[in-house]
Amino acid sequence: MDKQRLVVIGNGMAGCRAVEEILKRDPDRYEIAIFGAEPRVNYNRIMLSPVLAGEKSFDDIVINDAAWYRDNGVTLHAGRAVTGVDRTRRVVLAEGGLEVPYDRLILATGSDPVRLPLPGADLKGVVTFRDLDDVEAMVAASAEPNARAVVIGGGLLGIEAAYGLARRGMAATVVHLMDVLMERQLDEAAGFLLTEAMRDRGVETVLGAQSEEILGEDGRVAGLRLKDGTVLPCSLLVMAVGIRPNAALAKAAGLDVGRGVQVDDAMRTSDPAIYAVGECAEHRGQCYGLVAPIWEMCRALAEDMTDGDGLYEGSVLSTRLKVSGVDVFSAGRFSGGEGCEDIVFRDAGRGVYKRLVLQDGKVVGGVLFGDAADGGWYFDLMKSGRDVAAIRDTLIFGQAITEGLDGLDPSSAVAAMADTAEVCGCNGVCKGAITGAVTAQGLSTLDEVRAVTKASASCGSCTPLVEQLLKLTLGDGFEVQTGPKPLCKCTAHPHSLVRERIVSAELKSIPAVMQALEWTTPDGCASCRPALNYYLVCAWPGDYRDDPQSRFVNERVHANIQKDGTYSVVPRMWGGMTTPAELRAIADVAEKFAIPAVKVTGGQRIDLLGVKKEDLPAVWSDLNAAGMVSGHAYAKGLRTVKTCVGSDWCRFGTQDSTGLGVRLEKFMWGSWTPAKVKLGVSGCPRNCAEATCKDVGVICVDSGYEIHIGGAAGLHIRGTEILTRVATEQEAVWTICALVQLYREQGWYLERIYKWMDRVGLDSIKAALADPEGRKALYDRFAYSQRFARIDPWAERVAGRHHEQFNPMSLRLEFAPA
Amino acid sequence: MNVHVTPSPVVWIDVGAATDIPRRGARRLPSPIGDIAVFRTGDGEVYALRDACPHKGGPLSQGIVHGRAVACPLHNWTIDLATGHPTGADAGKGCTPVVPVQIRDGRVLLGMSVDGA
Repeated sequence: MDKQRLVVIGNGMAGCRAVEEILKRDPDRYEIAIFGAEPRVNYNRIMLSPVLAGEKSFDDIVINDAAWYRDNGVTLHAGRAVTGVDRTRRVVLAEGGLEVPYDRLILATGSDPVRLPLPGADLKGVVTFRDLDDVEAMVAASAEPNARAVVIGGGLLGIEAAYGLARRGMAATVVHLMDVLMERQLDEAAGFLLTEAMRDRGVETVLGAQSEEILGEDGRVAGLRLKDGTVLPCSLLVMAVGIRPNAALAKAAGLDVGRGVQVDDAMRTSDPAIYAVGECAEHRGQCYGLVAPIWEMCRALAEDMTDGDGLYEGSVLSTRLKVSGVDVFSAGRFSGGEGCEDIVFRDAGRGVYKRLVLQDGKVVGGVLFGDAADGGWYFDLMKSGRDVAAIRDTLIFGQAITEGLDGLDPSSAVAAMADTAEVCGCNGVCKGAITGAVTAQGLSTLDEVRAVTKASASCGSCTPLVEQLLKLTLGDGFEVQTGPKPLCKCTAHPHSLVRERIVSAELKSIPAVMQALEWTTPDGCASCRPALNYYLVCAWPGDYRDDPQSRFVNERVHANIQKDGTYSVVPRMWGGMTTPAELRAIADVAEKFAIPAVKVTGGQRIDLLGVKKEDLPAVWSDLNAAGMVSGHAYAKGLRTVKTCVGSDWCRFGTQDSTGLGVRLEKFMWGSWTPAKVKLGVSGCPRNCAEATCKDVGVICVDSGYEIHIGGAAGLHIRGTEILTRVATEQEAVWTICALVQLYREQGWYLERIYKWMDRVGLDSIKAALADPEGRKALYDRFAYSQRFARIDPWAERVAGRHHEQFNPMSLRLEFAPA
Repeated sequence: MNVHVTPSPVVWIDVGAATDIPRRGARRLPSPIGDIAVFRTGDGEVYALRDACPHKGGPLSQGIVHGRAVACPLHNWTIDLATGHPTGADAGKGCTPVVPVQIRDGRVLLGMSVDGA
């Protein structure tokens, strides 16, 4: 029988693989010709990143060399562009009038890189990252002195490009529109680690960045300007923002084309003699840009072309990043739908983050960072849909451990461990060392084991195992310790340890804390997130970028939510003093916005109740115009300083209590604290400002000032205790600020001053403040922090900060296709 | 893409871009059937619920979003964004109606019954 004529348009990975798959099944069936746009043999495009990085050469990534074409009788028309397909005559038309007839035709035209239509996109030095020519252009650019690269696009390709350029000695910056690198594959926690890992490799990242214009000089690229005005100078600009299926030829030939060339499960287009495969194909509405689905498509196509019956039914995707030393794997989805649960494992010492998503007892997705060795295994579990309920407890530790322990209950598994098996990876302690120490030295608690052997003394992830060993060795003699209460269910660590580590390890963001302290959830909970946000604000004033999404709504919108979802607004009245002009402005605002209730508060100011959220910025704007700022009546921070009229007016007044109250409030306003802080200053021991039930109170006496601490008049009622007596107003201010700073640094989130005092002891507070140098250092830290805190949040929001949260979304009454 | 099973018939209404909603945050959407809270999780998934906690009707759109749940700003009930059910200590105490969501080309489409219910 005569051979049938097969023509393949596209000499890339898909086209050649399709031919290989056909040859494998039936080597003699077709006479094959391949058209390739690039003037070279077939190479492994996904390995271009290592070529760019100088880790591989072109020869290393050639899949089919010239001999392969010759040995298999395949004609290669390299560098010859196809101009059309004549479906009635079944002929492929190419440059130079070449006509090649076919019985079967495979379109493997791949995809084109998307070029952003930015001004300056045609400047010299603006490239994409798609083929060897691009790589050669990039390598040439990297060799120039002071070469700087900007890569637009923080997806897989953009990151690999930037890494490659950095390896070539270029300063490289990735500019990404979204707020997480590789956001389609990674969750926030893994994206954060990737950003850090790239920085270690010389690649900076700018997130949430919208590119506006490519700047040029003498026809060459000189920089990129972002929408916010930032200019990033560069001598090379790489666009790696995605690919678009190349379906032009198919469209011109009249085939059905959507985003790509539409194919059925046998990879046939709307013309049964023509197939499409690879990135140019659209199967069940999906186009693929990764290699695994393309291989699967090629198999289905080869089956159909050799009368087999394998079909392609779509692919489940997984991704690996090819950056040396950065092990990243991602597959499936992270959440969605009922019954999903996360299993999270972090190992701060090794920089590992693993997250598996289970639904109905099956793996449906996962992200691995830092150790992706088990990616393939998880991916298999995911694709096979195997029920993993039985291995759930050990799943996250990987295949070796899970299969090693299969069928054993945890205690017999521990019993079965060899004495030489390592239990504590951080400190290299094996099982025998622990059981030996327990027996020989009569240890009976976890802390004793930690002290003697160091096991479980670092990251703590082996704690359950060490406890099992204790139980096993001691039998009933072992009692589980109840240590300090963990901060929340996301972590085993107590507040104090978290606070210490934030400072000692210089952790400066919530994801950094969660990784370093091995949080067991991907993004925390409503308890730990506000706590961490406060601890970071307190530890790193000026450095830390406040996370509004980790704040309770009142602190996010700077007003106090009421039971009906409206808000109350309380402007600050310094020391309880006001003026006719302020009162008039408040009255005007209340009428203008039809505010239903106006009330005098217990803290000597005025509360406007029932303000609609969308009115807040306008209300604030009017109050700002009259010189008033937020009273922070909603904040875990400084609230009011209540005063009496003192020596200015009162016949009993001993000191200027109003003046001191105003001075304290003007210096301390805006500060964030673990819980709310209320101050009171009374001008004499008659105590009209009720200072002795405040968090901090001052009683003025003839000889000076008594400073009191730890009062409460809420859930608990208690009078203050006296902290100290000082002679001058200046000393009073120093002492109170130092005291509040001590509380800011030691208090647990939501712990009021009186509870903090009960926990650490009044004596320890007294001691800290009695030391003049210590007191000064505390005061200085408070004063430094206040440089960033005394900013009116109302004015910022009137000026447009976070404006979106005050404007509701709206229904657009256009009907999208269902 | 997350598509929830919904009673038909529905029309899909475009309410904005997914990125209009802050990650781990929400936006409120006034509608003829009452306010709707449209959430975006840390993973970038979008969900919508009636903006009323089953407890005392608190505006869930103002709560802290964590994982796939929101903590009501009034009394800290935690509501599952996918099901509208309270979780943890308050599980089994009522439910907030779920509004079906589709993401298409980065746009958020909410499914509304034709009869406005």
